[in-house]
Amino acid sequence: MPFQSTVGDYQTVATLETFGFLPPMTQEEIYDQIAYIIAQGWSPVIEHVHPTGSMQSYWSYWKLPFFGEKDLNLIVSELEACHRAYPDHHVRIIGYDAYTQSQGTAFVVFQGR
Amino acid sequence: MSKKYDAGVKEYRDTYWTPEYVPLDTDLLACFKCTGQEGVPREEVAAAVAAESSTGTWSTVWSELLTDLEFYKGRCYRIEDVPGDPEAFYAFIAYPLDLFEEGSITNVLTSLVGNVFGFKALRHLRLEDIRFPIAFIKTCGGPPNGIVVERDRLNKYGRPLLGCTIKPKLGLSGKNYGRVVYECLRGGLDLTKDDENINSQPFQRWRERFEFVAEAVKLAQQETGEVKGHYLNCTANTPEELYERAEFAKELDMPIIMHDYITGGFTANTGLANWCRKNGMLLHIHRAMHAVIDRHPKHGIHFRVLAKCLRLSGGDQLHTGTVVGKLEGDRQTTLGYIDNLRESFVPEDRSRGNFFDQDWGSMPGVFAVASGGIHVWHMPALLAIFGDDSCLQFGGGTHGHPWGSAAGAAANRVALEACVKARNAGREIEKESRDILMEAAKHSPELAIALETWKEIKFEFDTVDKLDVQG
Repeated sequence: MPFQSTVGDYQTVATLETFGFLPPMTQEEIYDQIAYIIAQGWSPVIEHVHPTGSMQSYWSYWKLPFFGEKDLNLIVSELEACHRAYPDHHVRIIGYDAYTQSQGTAFVVFQGR
Repeated sequence: MSKKYDAGVKEYRDTYWTPEYVPLDTDLLACFKCTGQEGVPREEVAAAVAAESSTGTWSTVWSELLTDLEFYKGRCYRIEDVPGDPEAFYAFIAYPLDLFEEGSITNVLTSLVGNVFGFKALRHLRLEDIRFPIAFIKTCGGPPNGIVVERDRLNKYGRPLLGCTIKPKLGLSGKNYGRVVYECLRGGLDLTKDDENINSQPFQRWRERFEFVAEAVKLAQQETGEVKGHYLNCTANTPEELYERAEFAKELDMPIIMHDYITGGFTANTGLANWCRKNGMLLHIHRAMHAVIDRHPKHGIHFRVLAKCLRLSGGDQLHTGTVVGKLEGDRQTTLGYIDNLRESFVPEDRSRGNFFDQDWGSMPGVFAVASGGIHVWHMPALLAIFGDDSCLQFGGGTHGHPWGSAAGAAANRVALEACVKARNAGREIEKESRDILMEAAKHSPELAIALETWKEIKFEFDTVDKLDVQG
């Protein structure tokens, strides 16, 4: 009888922080997360960077932070516009919290190559 | 107004029971749960506590008249029943600010929980809460970095930090230990932790551990593209040794070190926190010995006091129990003191065990660490209880995975992110916990196996130290 191991081989994966271990989100799931950012009273911010720079503290802003923006569709179209302009870059959305001066959340929406 | 010296023994309550007193904003307030000896009136017991923890002694002494005791004395200003307990009562005591050295938690505790706890007229005494005046808080260094800075350093946003303690607790060589660190971090944890018992034993001297761990952290960081860290336990038998270890961690470019603040002591802790602030080092705080002091419902010091003291003495993360795991901790009480670690203002709320409004001013917040007997099935409850500004640590729940620590780490990371995603999307994560985890396991064999491995493990015992409520 051939040897059968029940132990799997865990391979290290390169990930991009929050939600890096989940499968890519559907359009609707991304909408839900942006709706959460807006509902928390945070300002949406879009940032992008070439994959070689993903560990830098600073990624490039797409335009400026969208201070006080509550329109979900506008944020989604800005994310897509950023992705079109920089198709090989990582694009992430941040929920910026001016009260704590921190990011309430941040995750990558489009992965560059 | 000058007074005459009248030698002899007066009742404490003549001087220290002042129900008409209105506490000042600058007073340090304390709430003690007192159980007196039979036959001793409540006012006398309460006044004795106020006296013995401030200016008084058992006899009148001539030298009292050299100063203005009215200015310096502690006063019991209120007595309350303890709900559901006919023999105990709460004594509220106000201490003038000038009784304490600026910035010294050591000094505050030496006064408040000093000799008075051995006082014969008392059967039991428990320090339930302290209201630190903002004037005192402003003299304390506090967390060397705080939650916001720690997030920026570690690049972790929108979710709790994920960690684990390296196991077995004792007995691994430096190189083997570094291997386990590497496995956990490459598998998706943000942070790993030295067990509190690991200092510098014959099987693994601290320098050996620090060097191999540093290699593991750097390698995992490089391979995963995420920021990683390991709490290097610097706790040592002398302050000199403590600083030597901290300096070496800095030399290795490590982001975070660790200290045991109760066994190490508040003086050592405050000194190390100051060092961390100067050197840009994060500080993780363990709490060995706390249950000796805080678990008995009628005697000792409640953990909410020890937690407040740590925020003032300094630390960026503090262990708080898990509510759901293998260690003692009631949910409402835990929420009460984790608020005091993280918020800038915490209102009085007896349903959470907070006896006073507490204004923290601009003092940075401390991450609440949940660690001890938790596994993937607990993830939804942990996220609901502790929120994002916490660090969830799974020891056995990582290394016990049938495929090893890396797969265990990945399972926990998938479970955590699935819960955060579900919460953000408006789902009730505690009610729907099973569905959320099972859905996530569809794309993660590591999680599927973890769920199977720990499906029957529960820790259901009654809490020993419950909130005092009429029941």
